[in-house]
Amino acid sequence: MRLRSPFEGPWSTPKDPYDIKTGEWRSQRPITKVEKCRQCGWCYIFCPSGCIEEKEYYFTANLEYCKGCGTCSKVCPAKAIMLIREEV
Amino acid sequence: MTEAKGIGGVKILDGNRAAAYGILLSRPDIITSYPITPQTPLLETLYRFQADGLLDAEMVETEGENTSMSILLGASAAGGRTFTATSSQGLSFMNDAYLQAAGNRFPIVMVIAMREQVTPHGVVAGQQDAVSVKDHGWIQLYTESCQEILDSIIMAYRLAEDEEVLLPVNVCYEGFYLSHNSQRVEVPEQEEVDEFLAPLKHMKRQKFTLEEPTIFSSYTVPGELYTEYRFKACAAQQRAKQKWDQIDKAFGEKFGRSYGGQIEAYRAEDAEVVIVTMGCSTGTAKVVVDKKRDQGVKVGLIKIKMFRPSPKERLMEALSGKKAIGVIDRNVCFGWNCGHNFLELKTLLSDLHTPLPLLLDFIGGLGGCDITNRDVERVIDRTMAAAKGEPQQTVTWLSLE
Repeated sequence: MRLRSPFEGPWSTPKDPYDIKTGEWRSQRPITKVEKCRQCGWCYIFCPSGCIEEKEYYFTANLEYCKGCGTCSKVCPAKAIMLIREEV
Repeated sequence: MTEAKGIGGVKILDGNRAAAYGILLSRPDIITSYPITPQTPLLETLYRFQADGLLDAEMVETEGENTSMSILLGASAAGGRTFTATSSQGLSFMNDAYLQAAGNRFPIVMVIAMREQVTPHGVVAGQQDAVSVKDHGWIQLYTESCQEILDSIIMAYRLAEDEEVLLPVNVCYEGFYLSHNSQRVEVPEQEEVDEFLAPLKHMKRQKFTLEEPTIFSSYTVPGELYTEYRFKACAAQQRAKQKWDQIDKAFGEKFGRSYGGQIEAYRAEDAEVVIVTMGCSTGTAKVVVDKKRDQGVKVGLIKIKMFRPSPKERLMEALSGKKAIGVIDRNVCFGWNCGHNFLELKTLLSDLHTPLPLLLDFIGGLGGCDITNRDVERVIDRTMAAAKGEPQQTVTWLSLE
Protein backbone atom coordinates (compact mmCIF):
# COMPACT_ATOMS: atom_id res chain seq x y z
CA MET A 1 0.00 0.00 0.00
CA ARG A 2 1.50 3.33 -1.06
CA LEU A 3 0.58 5.82 1.68
CA ARG A 4 2.42 9.12 1.91
CA SER A 5 0.71 11.38 4.44
CA PRO A 6 1.55 11.05 8.14
CA PHE A 7 -1.98 12.30 8.89
CA GLU A 8 -5.25 10.36 9.19
CA GLY A 9 -7.27 13.14 7.58
CA PRO A 10 -6.60 16.08 5.26
CA TRP A 11 -4.25 17.85 7.65
CA SER A 12 -0.89 19.36 6.85
CA THR A 13 1.75 21.61 8.36
CA PRO A 14 2.87 24.99 6.96
CA LYS A 15 6.32 23.51 6.35
CA ASP A 16 5.16 20.43 4.57
CA PRO A 17 1.82 21.18 2.99
CA TYR A 18 0.19 18.09 1.58
CA ASP A 19 -2.09 20.29 -0.43
CA ILE A 20 -2.55 21.88 -3.77
CA LYS A 21 0.29 23.50 -5.70
CA THR A 22 -1.69 26.44 -7.08
CA GLY A 23 1.17 27.23 -9.48
CA GLU A 24 -0.32 24.57 -11.76
CA TRP A 25 -3.27 26.86 -12.46
CA ARG A 26 -1.16 29.66 -13.96
CA SER A 27 -1.51 30.90 -17.54
CA GLN A 28 1.08 33.68 -17.17
CA ARG A 29 4.12 34.05 -14.93
CA PRO A 30 5.69 37.11 -13.28
CA ILE A 31 9.39 37.71 -13.93
CA THR A 32 11.30 40.18 -11.76
CA LYS A 33 13.85 42.32 -13.54
CA VAL A 34 16.38 42.12 -10.76
CA GLU A 35 18.26 45.28 -11.62
CA LYS A 36 15.04 47.37 -11.50
CA CYS A 37 13.73 46.07 -8.17
CA ARG A 38 14.04 48.63 -5.33
CA GLN A 39 12.96 46.12 -2.69
CA CYS A 40 10.03 48.31 -1.60
CA GLY A 41 8.02 45.14 -0.86
CA TRP A 42 4.71 46.27 -2.40
CA CYS A 43 4.39 43.05 -4.37
CA TYR A 44 5.00 41.14 -1.12
CA ILE A 45 2.19 43.05 0.60
CA PHE A 46 -0.36 42.92 -2.23
CA CYS A 47 0.11 39.35 -3.49
CA PRO A 48 -3.31 37.65 -2.88
CA SER A 49 -1.63 34.24 -2.69
CA GLY A 50 1.05 35.40 -0.26
CA CYS A 51 3.64 33.72 -2.41
CA ILE A 52 6.21 36.52 -2.89
CA GLU A 53 9.59 35.69 -1.37
CA GLU A 54 12.33 38.09 -0.40
CA LYS A 55 15.74 37.29 -1.92
CA GLU A 56 19.00 39.07 -1.10
CA TYR A 57 18.57 41.97 -3.58
CA TYR A 58 15.01 41.61 -4.90
CA PHE A 59 11.52 40.12 -4.42
CA THR A 60 10.18 37.35 -6.62
CA ALA A 61 7.21 34.97 -6.77
CA ASN A 62 7.38 31.35 -5.62
CA LEU A 63 6.17 29.70 -8.83
CA GLU A 64 4.95 26.57 -7.00
CA TYR A 65 2.10 28.68 -5.60
CA CYS A 66 1.86 31.79 -7.86
CA LYS A 67 -1.48 31.69 -9.74
CA GLY A 68 -0.33 34.31 -12.24
CA CYS A 69 -2.93 36.96 -11.37
CA GLY A 70 -0.51 39.81 -12.18
CA THR A 71 -1.26 41.93 -9.11
CA CYS A 72 2.46 42.22 -8.28
CA SER A 73 3.19 43.61 -11.73
CA LYS A 74 0.32 46.10 -11.48
CA VAL A 75 1.35 47.53 -8.10
CA CYS A 76 5.12 47.61 -8.68
CA PRO A 77 6.15 51.34 -8.67
CA ALA A 78 9.47 50.52 -10.38
CA LYS A 79 7.81 48.49 -13.17
CA ALA A 80 10.24 45.74 -12.31
CA ILE A 81 7.81 42.83 -12.81
CA MET A 82 6.73 41.71 -16.24
CA LEU A 83 4.30 38.93 -17.17
CA ILE A 84 4.97 36.35 -19.82
CA ARG A 85 2.57 33.72 -21.14
CA GLU A 86 3.09 30.17 -19.94
CA GLU A 87 3.88 27.82 -22.77
CA VAL A 88 1.39 24.94 -22.87
CA MET B 1 -13.44 22.60 38.02
CA THR B 2 -16.99 22.02 39.11
CA GLU B 3 -17.53 18.60 40.61
CA ALA B 4 -20.71 16.79 39.70
CA LYS B 5 -20.70 14.66 42.80
CA GLY B 6 -23.66 12.72 44.04
CA ILE B 7 -25.52 12.72 40.76
CA GLY B 8 -25.62 8.93 40.52
CA GLY B 9 -28.46 6.65 41.57
CA VAL B 10 -31.75 5.48 40.13
CA LYS B 11 -33.88 8.14 38.49
CA ILE B 12 -36.98 8.37 36.31
CA LEU B 13 -35.81 10.03 33.13
CA ASP B 14 -37.02 10.46 29.59
CA GLY B 15 -34.55 9.83 26.75
CA ASN B 16 -33.53 13.46 26.40
CA ARG B 17 -32.74 13.80 30.08
CA ALA B 18 -31.00 10.44 30.17
CA ALA B 19 -28.84 11.67 27.28
CA ALA B 20 -28.13 14.89 29.19
CA TYR B 21 -26.84 12.86 32.15
CA GLY B 22 -24.61 10.86 29.82
CA ILE B 23 -23.12 14.07 28.46
CA LEU B 24 -22.73 15.66 31.89
CA LEU B 25 -20.83 12.60 33.10
CA SER B 26 -18.56 12.59 30.01
CA ARG B 27 -17.32 16.14 30.87
CA PRO B 28 -17.41 17.84 27.45
CA ASP B 29 -15.43 21.06 26.94
CA ILE B 30 -17.89 22.70 24.60
CA ILE B 31 -21.57 22.25 23.75
CA THR B 32 -23.37 24.07 20.96
CA SER B 33 -27.12 24.27 20.88
CA TYR B 34 -29.94 25.12 18.57
CA PRO B 35 -33.45 23.95 19.42
CA ILE B 36 -35.48 21.56 17.30
CA THR B 37 -38.21 19.19 18.38
CA PRO B 38 -37.82 16.51 19.71
CA GLN B 39 -34.27 17.07 21.02
CA THR B 40 -34.81 20.52 22.58
CA PRO B 41 -35.37 19.30 26.19
CA LEU B 42 -31.94 17.62 26.04
CA LEU B 43 -30.16 20.92 25.47
CA GLU B 44 -32.44 22.67 27.97
CA THR B 45 -31.42 20.10 30.57
CA LEU B 46 -27.75 20.77 29.85
CA TYR B 47 -28.34 24.50 30.43
CA ARG B 48 -30.02 23.60 33.72
CA PHE B 49 -27.01 21.53 34.70
CA GLN B 50 -24.76 24.46 33.91
CA ALA B 51 -26.96 26.88 35.88
CA ASP B 52 -26.87 24.50 38.84
CA GLY B 53 -23.08 24.47 38.72
CA LEU B 54 -22.86 20.81 37.74
CA LEU B 55 -21.63 21.20 34.18
CA ASP B 56 -18.35 22.98 33.48
CA ALA B 57 -18.52 23.42 29.71
CA GLU B 58 -18.50 26.30 27.27
CA MET B 59 -22.12 26.63 26.07
CA VAL B 60 -22.77 28.37 22.75
CA GLU B 61 -26.26 29.28 21.55
CA THR B 62 -25.94 29.46 17.79
CA GLU B 63 -28.16 30.92 15.09
CA GLY B 64 -28.60 27.55 13.38
CA GLU B 65 -27.44 23.96 13.22
CA ASN B 66 -24.84 24.65 10.56
CA THR B 67 -23.03 26.98 12.96
CA SER B 68 -23.52 24.51 15.81
CA MET B 69 -21.56 21.88 13.94
CA SER B 70 -19.05 24.35 12.47
CA ILE B 71 -18.07 25.59 15.93
CA LEU B 72 -17.52 22.01 17.00
CA LEU B 73 -15.22 21.45 14.00
CA GLY B 74 -12.89 24.15 15.30
CA ALA B 75 -13.20 23.08 18.93
CA SER B 76 -12.52 19.48 18.03
CA ALA B 77 -9.52 20.48 15.90
CA ALA B 78 -8.13 22.20 18.98
CA GLY B 79 -8.48 18.96 20.92
CA GLY B 80 -11.73 19.63 22.77
CA ARG B 81 -14.42 17.15 23.75
CA THR B 82 -17.53 18.36 21.99
CA PHE B 83 -21.27 17.78 21.87
CA THR B 84 -24.40 18.92 20.10
CA ALA B 85 -27.78 17.43 19.26
CA THR B 86 -30.26 17.78 16.43
CA SER B 87 -33.19 16.23 14.56
CA SER B 88 -34.71 16.09 11.09
CA GLN B 89 -34.30 19.33 9.11
CA GLY B 90 -31.74 20.53 11.63
CA LEU B 91 -29.54 17.65 10.55
CA SER B 92 -30.09 18.58 6.91
CA PHE B 93 -29.23 22.20 7.61
CA MET B 94 -25.86 21.25 9.12
CA ASN B 95 -25.07 18.85 6.31
CA ASP B 96 -21.88 20.34 4.88
CA ALA B 97 -20.37 20.76 8.35
CA TYR B 98 -21.56 17.24 9.20
CA LEU B 99 -19.57 15.89 6.26
CA GLN B 100 -16.50 17.85 7.31
CA ALA B 101 -16.58 16.36 10.79
CA ALA B 102 -16.12 12.88 9.38
CA GLY B 103 -13.67 13.88 6.65
CA ASN B 104 -11.41 15.69 9.08
CA ARG B 105 -11.65 12.76 11.52
CA PHE B 106 -13.00 14.91 14.37
CA PRO B 107 -14.29 12.75 17.26
CA ILE B 108 -17.48 14.74 17.80
CA VAL B 109 -20.41 13.05 19.55
CA MET B 110 -23.87 14.14 18.44
CA VAL B 111 -27.31 12.95 19.41
CA ILE B 112 -29.96 12.59 16.73
CA ALA B 113 -33.40 12.46 18.36
CA MET B 114 -34.85 10.88 15.25
CA ARG B 115 -37.83 12.46 13.55
CA GLU B 116 -39.41 12.02 10.16
CA GLN B 117 -37.73 13.94 7.40
CA VAL B 118 -39.65 16.32 5.14
CA THR B 119 -41.69 16.10 3.01
CA PRO B 120 -44.56 15.27 4.03
CA HIS B 121 -44.04 17.44 7.07
CA GLY B 122 -44.48 15.87 10.47
CA VAL B 123 -43.21 16.52 13.98
CA VAL B 124 -43.34 12.80 14.61
CA ALA B 125 -41.03 9.84 15.22
CA GLY B 126 -39.22 8.07 12.41
CA GLN B 127 -35.69 7.14 11.46
CA GLN B 128 -35.51 8.79 8.08
CA ASP B 129 -33.30 11.71 9.14
CA ALA B 130 -30.50 9.55 10.57
CA VAL B 131 -30.53 6.74 8.00
CA SER B 132 -30.45 9.25 5.15
CA VAL B 133 -26.92 10.25 6.23
CA LYS B 134 -25.70 6.68 6.70
CA ASP B 135 -22.88 7.11 4.22
CA HIS B 136 -21.64 10.50 5.33
CA GLY B 137 -18.74 8.95 7.23
CA TRP B 138 -20.06 9.02 10.80
CA ILE B 139 -20.44 6.06 13.09
CA GLN B 140 -24.12 5.57 13.96
CA LEU B 141 -25.45 3.82 17.05
CA TYR B 142 -29.19 3.18 17.50
CA THR B 143 -30.66 2.68 20.94
CA GLU B 144 -33.62 0.86 22.42
CA SER B 145 -34.16 2.37 25.88
CA CYS B 146 -33.43 5.50 27.93
CA GLN B 147 -30.80 3.57 29.89
CA GLU B 148 -29.12 2.53 26.69
CA ILE B 149 -29.04 6.16 25.51
CA LEU B 150 -27.17 7.28 28.63
CA ASP B 151 -24.73 4.39 28.52
CA SER B 152 -24.19 4.69 24.76
CA ILE B 153 -23.18 8.34 25.01
CA ILE B 154 -20.43 7.54 27.52
CA MET B 155 -19.27 4.63 25.35
CA ALA B 156 -19.52 6.82 22.22
CA TYR B 157 -16.84 9.18 23.55
CA ARG B 158 -14.62 6.22 24.33
CA LEU B 159 -15.04 5.01 20.73
CA ALA B 160 -14.80 8.36 18.95
CA GLU B 161 -11.64 9.53 20.69
CA ASP B 162 -9.83 6.21 20.45
CA GLU B 163 -6.59 6.81 18.55
CA GLU B 164 -7.32 3.89 16.23
CA VAL B 165 -10.76 5.27 15.36
CA LEU B 166 -10.98 9.10 15.54
CA LEU B 167 -14.38 9.37 13.90
CA PRO B 168 -17.50 11.28 14.88
CA VAL B 169 -20.33 9.26 16.43
CA ASN B 170 -24.11 9.69 16.31
CA VAL B 171 -26.15 8.30 19.17
CA CYS B 172 -29.64 7.95 17.68
CA TYR B 173 -32.98 7.45 19.40
CA GLU B 174 -36.51 7.81 18.17
CA GLY B 175 -38.20 11.07 18.99
CA PHE B 176 -41.13 10.97 21.44
CA TYR B 177 -41.04 7.17 21.90
CA LEU B 178 -37.72 7.56 23.69
CA SER B 179 -37.05 11.29 23.82
CA HIS B 180 -40.25 12.06 25.72
CA ASN B 181 -41.16 8.77 27.45
CA SER B 182 -39.88 8.26 30.99
CA GLN B 183 -38.23 5.08 32.15
CA ARG B 184 -36.18 3.85 35.08
CA VAL B 185 -32.57 4.83 34.51
CA GLU B 186 -29.51 4.06 36.60
CA VAL B 187 -27.18 7.03 36.53
CA PRO B 188 -23.54 6.07 37.12
CA GLU B 189 -21.32 7.92 39.58
CA GLN B 190 -18.99 10.57 38.17
CA GLU B 191 -15.86 8.84 39.49
CA GLU B 192 -16.76 5.59 37.73
CA VAL B 193 -17.30 7.39 34.40
CA ASP B 194 -14.03 9.29 34.87
CA GLU B 195 -12.26 5.97 35.32
CA PHE B 196 -13.97 4.51 32.27
CA LEU B 197 -12.94 7.43 30.06
CA ALA B 198 -9.46 7.74 31.60
CA PRO B 199 -7.67 5.73 28.85
CA LEU B 200 -8.53 8.53 26.40
CA LYS B 201 -6.13 10.88 28.19
CA HIS B 202 -3.19 8.91 26.84
CA MET B 203 -4.49 8.57 23.29
CA LYS B 204 -2.69 10.28 20.41
CA ARG B 205 -4.70 12.93 18.61
CA GLN B 206 -3.73 15.57 16.07
CA LYS B 207 -4.34 19.01 17.58
CA PHE B 208 -4.38 22.49 16.16
CA THR B 209 -2.47 24.79 18.55
CA LEU B 210 -0.84 28.20 18.28
CA GLU B 211 2.50 26.66 19.19
CA GLU B 212 2.26 24.06 16.44
CA PRO B 213 -0.04 25.48 13.78
CA THR B 214 -1.46 23.01 11.29
CA ILE B 215 -3.72 23.25 8.29
CA PHE B 216 -6.86 21.13 8.42
CA SER B 217 -9.59 20.54 5.86
CA SER B 218 -6.88 21.12 3.25
CA TYR B 219 -7.79 21.38 -0.40
CA THR B 220 -6.38 17.97 -1.33
CA VAL B 221 -4.67 17.12 -4.58
CA PRO B 222 -3.41 15.04 -6.23
CA GLY B 223 -6.11 12.41 -6.46
CA GLU B 224 -3.86 9.75 -4.98
CA LEU B 225 -3.63 11.72 -1.73
CA TYR B 226 -7.40 12.28 -1.74
CA THR B 227 -7.81 8.54 -2.22
CA GLU B 228 -5.46 7.90 0.69
CA TYR B 229 -7.66 9.88 3.09
CA ARG B 230 -10.77 8.06 1.89
CA PHE B 231 -8.95 4.75 2.35
CA LYS B 232 -7.90 5.71 5.88
CA ALA B 233 -11.44 6.76 6.85
CA CYS B 234 -12.86 3.45 5.58
CA ALA B 235 -10.16 1.52 7.46
CA ALA B 236 -10.96 3.41 10.68
CA GLN B 237 -14.66 2.52 10.28
CA GLN B 238 -13.71 -1.14 10.04
CA ARG B 239 -11.49 -0.91 13.15
CA ALA B 240 -14.38 0.69 15.03
CA LYS B 241 -16.41 -2.52 14.88
CA GLN B 242 -14.27 -4.75 17.09
CA LYS B 243 -13.35 -1.73 19.20
CA TRP B 244 -17.02 -1.20 19.93
CA ASP B 245 -17.45 -4.80 21.03
CA GLN B 246 -14.50 -4.36 23.41
CA ILE B 247 -15.84 -1.07 24.78
CA ASP B 248 -19.28 -2.60 25.32
CA LYS B 249 -17.70 -5.51 27.19
CA ALA B 250 -15.54 -3.21 29.33
CA PHE B 251 -18.61 -1.11 30.11
CA GLY B 252 -20.46 -4.25 31.17
CA GLU B 253 -17.66 -5.26 33.50
CA LYS B 254 -17.59 -1.85 35.13
CA PHE B 255 -21.27 -0.91 35.24
CA GLY B 256 -23.06 -4.25 34.97
CA ARG B 257 -24.86 -3.35 31.76
CA SER B 258 -23.86 -4.25 28.23
CA TYR B 259 -25.72 -4.39 24.95
CA GLY B 260 -24.08 -7.08 22.87
CA GLY B 261 -21.73 -4.74 21.04
CA GLN B 262 -22.49 -4.21 17.35
CA ILE B 263 -25.63 -6.34 17.42
CA GLU B 264 -27.71 -8.05 20.08
CA ALA B 265 -28.95 -11.56 19.42
CA TYR B 266 -32.07 -12.31 21.46
CA ARG B 267 -33.17 -15.95 21.64
CA ALA B 268 -31.69 -16.28 18.17
CA GLU B 269 -29.17 -19.08 18.54
CA ASP B 270 -31.54 -22.04 18.08
CA ALA B 271 -34.14 -20.04 16.13
CA GLU B 272 -35.33 -21.17 12.70
CA VAL B 273 -36.39 -17.68 11.72
CA VAL B 274 -35.32 -14.31 13.05
CA ILE B 275 -36.70 -10.83 12.91
CA VAL B 276 -34.35 -7.88 12.62
CA THR B 277 -35.05 -4.58 14.36
CA MET B 278 -33.30 -1.30 15.00
CA GLY B 279 -34.26 1.29 17.60
CA CYS B 280 -37.09 1.37 20.13
CA SER B 281 -39.42 -1.13 18.44
CA THR B 282 -36.94 -3.78 19.62
CA GLY B 283 -38.51 -3.72 23.09
CA THR B 284 -41.99 -4.48 21.72
CA ALA B 285 -40.57 -7.14 19.40
CA LYS B 286 -38.79 -8.93 22.25
CA VAL B 287 -42.09 -9.24 24.15
CA VAL B 288 -43.72 -10.78 21.09
CA VAL B 289 -40.77 -13.12 20.53
CA ASP B 290 -41.18 -14.34 24.13
CA LYS B 291 -44.90 -14.93 23.54
CA LYS B 292 -44.24 -16.86 20.34
CA ARG B 293 -41.53 -18.90 22.04
CA ASP B 294 -44.05 -19.87 24.73
CA GLN B 295 -46.26 -21.14 21.90
CA GLY B 296 -43.35 -23.23 20.60
CA VAL B 297 -42.46 -21.05 17.62
CA LYS B 298 -38.71 -21.09 17.07
CA VAL B 299 -38.19 -17.38 16.48
CA GLY B 300 -35.40 -15.09 17.57
CA LEU B 301 -34.48 -11.45 17.22
CA ILE B 302 -31.43 -9.55 16.04
CA LYS B 303 -31.13 -5.92 17.10
CA ILE B 304 -28.85 -3.77 15.01
CA LYS B 305 -27.13 -1.43 17.43
CA MET B 306 -24.29 -0.31 15.20
CA PHE B 307 -25.75 0.65 11.83
CA ARG B 308 -22.56 2.35 10.61
CA PRO B 309 -20.09 0.79 10.14
CA SER B 310 -22.13 -2.21 9.05
CA PRO B 311 -21.75 -5.06 11.56
CA LYS B 312 -21.37 -7.42 8.62
CA GLU B 313 -19.34 -10.21 10.23
CA ARG B 314 -21.48 -10.36 13.35
CA LEU B 315 -24.67 -10.38 11.27
CA MET B 316 -23.39 -13.15 9.01
CA GLU B 317 -22.57 -15.26 12.03
CA ALA B 318 -25.98 -14.63 13.61
CA LEU B 319 -28.01 -15.14 10.41
CA SER B 320 -26.16 -18.14 9.09
CA GLY B 321 -28.39 -21.23 8.82
CA LYS B 322 -31.67 -19.37 9.40
CA LYS B 323 -34.56 -20.31 7.12
CA ALA B 324 -36.10 -16.86 6.86
CA ILE B 325 -35.47 -13.33 8.06
CA GLY B 326 -38.12 -10.67 8.61
CA VAL B 327 -36.80 -7.12 8.73
CA ILE B 328 -38.76 -4.34 10.41
CA ASP B 329 -37.75 -1.05 8.82
CA ARG B 330 -38.84 2.29 10.21
CA ASN B 331 -37.50 4.09 7.19
CA VAL B 332 -37.60 3.86 3.43
CA CYS B 333 -35.01 3.61 0.71
CA PHE B 334 -36.69 5.43 -2.14
CA GLY B 335 -34.64 3.97 -4.97
CA TRP B 336 -35.18 0.34 -4.00
CA ASN B 337 -38.80 0.36 -2.77
CA CYS B 338 -37.82 -1.11 0.62
CA GLY B 339 -36.28 -0.14 3.95
CA HIS B 340 -32.59 0.46 4.56
CA ASN B 341 -31.89 -2.58 6.72
CA PHE B 342 -33.55 -4.84 4.17
CA LEU B 343 -31.15 -3.48 1.58
CA GLU B 344 -28.17 -3.88 3.92
CA LEU B 345 -29.05 -7.51 4.69
CA LYS B 346 -29.73 -8.27 1.06
CA THR B 347 -26.19 -7.12 0.34
CA LEU B 348 -24.54 -9.45 2.83
CA LEU B 349 -26.82 -12.46 2.16
CA SER B 350 -24.79 -13.40 -0.88
CA ASP B 351 -21.80 -14.08 1.39
CA LEU B 352 -23.72 -16.68 3.44
CA HIS B 353 -23.56 -20.39 2.71
CA THR B 354 -26.43 -21.86 0.73
CA PRO B 355 -29.30 -22.46 1.19
CA LEU B 356 -29.69 -18.72 1.64
CA PRO B 357 -32.35 -17.52 4.06
CA LEU B 358 -35.46 -15.92 2.58
CA LEU B 359 -35.61 -12.21 3.26
CA LEU B 360 -38.80 -10.25 3.84
CA ASP B 361 -39.20 -6.55 4.56
CA PHE B 362 -41.86 -4.92 6.71
CA ILE B 363 -42.03 -1.16 6.60
CA GLY B 364 -43.74 0.21 9.69
CA GLY B 365 -43.76 3.01 12.21
CA LEU B 366 -43.45 5.77 9.62
CA GLY B 367 -44.82 9.20 10.45
CA GLY B 368 -45.14 8.38 14.13
CA CYS B 369 -47.23 5.21 13.62
CA ASP B 370 -46.88 2.65 16.39
CA ILE B 371 -45.20 -0.65 15.69
CA THR B 372 -47.60 -2.69 17.78
CA ASN B 373 -47.48 -6.20 19.23
CA ARG B 374 -49.99 -7.17 16.57
CA ASP B 375 -47.69 -5.81 13.84
CA VAL B 376 -44.74 -7.80 15.14
CA GLU B 377 -46.93 -10.93 15.33
CA ARG B 378 -47.82 -10.45 11.66
CA VAL B 379 -44.13 -10.09 10.85
CA ILE B 380 -43.25 -13.30 12.69
CA ASP B 381 -46.20 -15.27 11.26
CA ARG B 382 -45.38 -14.31 7.70
CA THR B 383 -41.66 -14.91 8.08
CA MET B 384 -42.46 -18.32 9.54
CA ALA B 385 -44.85 -19.04 6.67
CA ALA B 386 -42.12 -18.08 4.19
CA ALA B 387 -39.74 -20.48 5.94
CA LYS B 388 -42.32 -23.23 5.43
CA GLY B 389 -42.42 -22.53 1.71
CA GLU B 390 -45.59 -20.44 1.45
CA PRO B 391 -45.08 -17.62 -1.05
CA GLN B 392 -44.97 -14.19 0.59
CA GLN B 393 -44.81 -10.63 -0.61
CA THR B 394 -41.21 -9.34 -0.37
CA VAL B 395 -42.02 -5.87 0.91
CA THR B 396 -45.04 -5.23 3.13
CA TRP B 397 -46.17 -1.79 4.26
CA LEU B 398 -47.57 -2.66 7.69
CA SER B 399 -49.83 0.34 8.27
CA LEU B 400 -51.37 0.19 4.79
CA GLU B 401 -52.95 -3.25 5.12
